[in-house]
Amino acid sequence: MNHQQADTVICANQLSRHFGSLKAIEKLDLAVSKGQIYGFLGPNGCGKTTAIRMLTGLLRPTSGRIEVLGLTLPQDSEKLRLKMGYMTQKFSLYDDLSIRQNLQFIADIFCLSPNQQKYRIEELLSTYGLDTKAKQLASSLSGGQRQRLALAAATLHKPELLFLDEPTSAVDPENRRDFWEKLFDLCDDGASILVSTHYMDEAERCHKLAILEAGCKRADGTPDELMNNMGAHVVEVAAPDLRQLKLQLLRLPDVISAAQLGSRLRVLIKNSINQPLDYLLHLPSLLHHDSLSPQEGLLARSDLTLVRPSLEDVFVTCTGKGRQ
Amino acid sequence: MRSLQRIRAVFIKELIQLKRDRMTFGMVIMIPLIQLMLFGFAINTNVRDIPVGLVDHSQSGLSRVLVQTIDATQVVEFTHHYSAEVLAQQALTRAEIRAFLVIPADVDNRIARHPGVGLGSAQASATEANRAIAHWVVDGSDTMIAATIKGLRNMPLAELQGKPANRQSSTFAVTLLYNPEQRSAVNIIPGLVGVILTMTMIMFTSAAIVRERERGNLEMLIATPIRSIELMIGKIVPYLGIGMIQVAIILGLGHSVFNVPFNGGLWQLAAATLLFIAASLTLGLLISTIASNQLQSMQMTVFVLLPSILLSGFMFPYEGMPELAQYIAEALPATHFMRLIRGVVLRDVEVFDMTFDVVWLGIFTLVGLLVASLRFKKNLD
Repeated sequence: MNHQQADTVICANQLSRHFGSLKAIEKLDLAVSKGQIYGFLGPNGCGKTTAIRMLTGLLRPTSGRIEVLGLTLPQDSEKLRLKMGYMTQKFSLYDDLSIRQNLQFIADIFCLSPNQQKYRIEELLSTYGLDTKAKQLASSLSGGQRQRLALAAATLHKPELLFLDEPTSAVDPENRRDFWEKLFDLCDDGASILVSTHYMDEAERCHKLAILEAGCKRADGTPDELMNNMGAHVVEVAAPDLRQLKLQLLRLPDVISAAQLGSRLRVLIKNSINQPLDYLLHLPSLLHHDSLSPQEGLLARSDLTLVRPSLEDVFVTCTGKGRQ
Repeated sequence: MRSLQRIRAVFIKELIQLKRDRMTFGMVIMIPLIQLMLFGFAINTNVRDIPVGLVDHSQSGLSRVLVQTIDATQVVEFTHHYSAEVLAQQALTRAEIRAFLVIPADVDNRIARHPGVGLGSAQASATEANRAIAHWVVDGSDTMIAATIKGLRNMPLAELQGKPANRQSSTFAVTLLYNPEQRSAVNIIPGLVGVILTMTMIMFTSAAIVRERERGNLEMLIATPIRSIELMIGKIVPYLGIGMIQVAIILGLGHSVFNVPFNGGLWQLAAATLLFIAASLTLGLLISTIASNQLQSMQMTVFVLLPSILLSGFMFPYEGMPELAQYIAEALPATHFMRLIRGVVLRDVEVFDMTFDVVWLGIFTLVGLLVASLRFKKNLD
């Protein structure tokens, strides 16, 4: 038990939070190991922010147990605040303070000595490429600069554990790449990170992730595990008249989803079908009964490719069901 | 030590934000300036130059002298002349004039027989002697104007005849201490300190925590180790200074422009003012833990401000209020401060001699701060 605790930074058991009749989080089990970047992947409104707020001690759970860095929440919230950093979804530093003033404020709140402050703030400014803009007001920064400032502020006191709530939702792809580089640097320095996102490419960078939907965890594991253990085959179809084909395929009970990617159609087929390619090749006879489409022999073997699942496929497979 | 560093951090942050917020910064100076001018010049309980009309049936030399004598009191100003009462009455309805004087045709006769004139020549019967010499018709809806014109009832008439006024002997001798010239400004301007501090102090602090919540800063703040009492004190302290600046503006200008005497000691003033500012600030903090947005906090500020203006004794004497209103007034910090500041500025009282008011303000502050810190929770539930 103790060994496990040493490695586990976040441990949640049957965590629930209800707002009136809305079940924002329902029976969430979670285990995050030290030194990991752990991702929460889910659509908007799936409970990512609620979960993070409970894990930071800002929100009391309706039921369930939380242990973060060996501290029981919400009783020990105040002790946790010294050891964790939290970057809110919305920019929450002061717009009418400059970058340096914001960092100084946070440094004072965490009671850094004047010498420590000076050193640490300069260090952060150069790490996050903000040194030339230190006197600029936070309100005049671009989306990427704001996020870097927010990350600098959240990591100023060198927290063991970092919570990031959709840190890159308003940032362009290049800044997002840079941002993730910084996260890996932090991770390399020994910090554990919990990050929520709705971007697949970001989720794929995490060591481990949990897919959330409607307050429930649908799947978790490393990205590879998730993709390998996905309960569906992925077939790419290259054929003319894809819009029509898509509508027809979606009517079949064994097809989970069909999404067009340029001139190809990415079709997810349930695992219960052993030979997905044959299944699709026999399609013309199936479709034949449909008076709307008198075509036959529509799909040839050369049109079909069985491909490796992507994280997006995992996401669609896991979350397709419960959505309204 | 750690607490001090955090309080200082919040304090500096508030100062920077205040400096950047030109509008608020301007209001800190402009509110006392404008209010001082408004109240100092506009509010005058000694009514003068009321526009009145004249219906003169006599048209004699004596009636003209009578009118000039009344004019000379500067209480009224004859702006219109009418040939008949009906016309004057219509003018009164249109609010062209606030009152009119009817001088009867036999005014010479009446004046001659009037005991106040004391000619003593004509043999007047008792009823004739008691007859008034002329008749005021007043728009009585405004009690202040009615009372002023009623004051003309016993105007001395002796000077009509070029005689020295034969002074009536008084029943009581009255000595008017502290404001012998009976200028309204002397009473109003120290009271204005209380009104303006109530307005600005409650307004600023009631928005203080609500604003952080609205802008999303609060979620970041409560995830840091700062304690609620540190946050509260850090937010209050800058406004203590601002309150003192406002007091200095009001009393300084009151002294130089309106000649309000300043009889008390500076330390007495500082003690009374700090007590009241602290009470107002905690009231503001309490509001900001209740309100969920800035509009609500503003509404609650007005909710406190209005009784503070009306019931505190600033405009109407406390003694004239019904008992229920007096109880409400006692609960308001402004009432107690109104007594303290008038005491210090006008009567050079020792603040701590007015124990009840001092103790009340102290208790109000402590309880307010306690309740506000208890209400402010460091979570988002």
